[in-house]
Amino acid sequence: MNATPLVDATVLAGDGWTYPIKKGQTFRIVDLEGNQAVDTLFYNLHDVAERYDATLTMRRQGSLYLTTGTRLLSSEGNALLTITEDTCGRHDTVGGACSCESNQVRYDLGKLFMHSCRTTFLQQATSVAPKFGVKLGKRDLAHNINFFMNVPVTPEGGLKFDDGISGPGRYVQMVADMDVLVVISNCPQLNNPCNGWNPTPIRCVIWE
Amino acid sequence: MTSDPFRQILHPGQGWSRILGRHQALTLTDTTGKACVGLLAYAARQPLERYNMPDSLKAQYTAFLTAGRVLMSDMGRVLLAITEDTCGWHDTLTGHSTQAEVDARWGVTTYQHQRNDRYRGTRENFLIELAKYDLGRADLHANVNLFAKVVTNAEGTFAFVPGNSRAGASVTLRAEMEVLVVISNTPHPLDASPTYPCGPVTLEIHDVPPPGPEDSCRIKRDENRRAYQMTEGSQP
Repeated sequence: MNATPLVDATVLAGDGWTYPIKKGQTFRIVDLEGNQAVDTLFYNLHDVAERYDATLTMRRQGSLYLTTGTRLLSSEGNALLTITEDTCGRHDTVGGACSCESNQVRYDLGKLFMHSCRTTFLQQATSVAPKFGVKLGKRDLAHNINFFMNVPVTPEGGLKFDDGISGPGRYVQMVADMDVLVVISNCPQLNNPCNGWNPTPIRCVIWE
Repeated sequence: MTSDPFRQILHPGQGWSRILGRHQALTLTDTTGKACVGLLAYAARQPLERYNMPDSLKAQYTAFLTAGRVLMSDMGRVLLAITEDTCGWHDTLTGHSTQAEVDARWGVTTYQHQRNDRYRGTRENFLIELAKYDLGRADLHANVNLFAKVVTNAEGTFAFVPGNSRAGASVTLRAEMEVLVVISNTPHPLDASPTYPCGPVTLEIHDVPPPGPEDSCRIKRDENRRAYQMTEGSQP
């Protein structure tokens, strides 16, 4: 993309980012330093009860992993965005977003204090989304996409958390099929290898 | 304590909901082996706390549910424990059918013509039941598909496994707090059966003892133990 971007934002590790993407605009997320999980939610900008639906997206494409050609579907069965380029290879939508409470269950009851994606999502919902005229709350934290994250399901039905398959500068690009709101948590997780034990910045770019 | 005498047939196509008391168990029996029951679960006292598919799967390192595993909420607590299961595999990954999908696959039916045998979709049943509790589209989360099995290969491609259930197969869910359960006896969205695949399900609710220190769901994993600590530590 050579055109001047409408938006070009660097999002530090552990920070959030929320922005409207209009129909026809191109959106790219760059994994600047590699192996960084980018927890992402999408909503119909004009009706947030219509939102990214992980199970429907997987089922309609007949497989688990998201990559070039995947239509990111809404809970109403409409395409929100379509992935058009992917230099990583595949992305997870089973693993969900970490929370303070899920960290307690998974690792130790003492992990409650640690920063988590769902804390970021709630911060974005309460402090940033209203700036775009959108009201979001906890009930709107649907099951998200984890761009650049690797969560294989084995043929026996086991769930694994493997090291990332991303690397520095890899990116995923998509085109909006309707007006959407994107809400991102640049994952702060330090308890597992989803960020290579070292959360790093990402870049979010929107073009007309 | 007297047992709740609740026993009911969930007819093919029927949706249903109920608040289970703490340490009440719901047993679902697939009497013909043809059922698929979509299930949603919420903390009855504050339904913003609800079943969370990724949290439940991550904590238990599994992509499906069966005996010994639990349905965890997004707040790290146990909503429902699967104490018994003669089926063996309940799908968590592939969501629910819509009326449009049902119409496209098995034909358009109407109440005018088919009466209560009309073919219904899961999403519409869920929304009708949720509305009874002032819940709606934004509350409709990823559901469990009881009695259904979907496997994946190394590339992540799904395959629906026909015949996963069998006549008389049953699963028992014990509520570890007051839980709103919402269910729909409607076909799995990946079921390729040429005829509307659905059979009656028997529902039974009974009081059960609280889980003891060696309860199979509690001791299944350290993650489960911690989820129980978070559940029991926060209740009277």
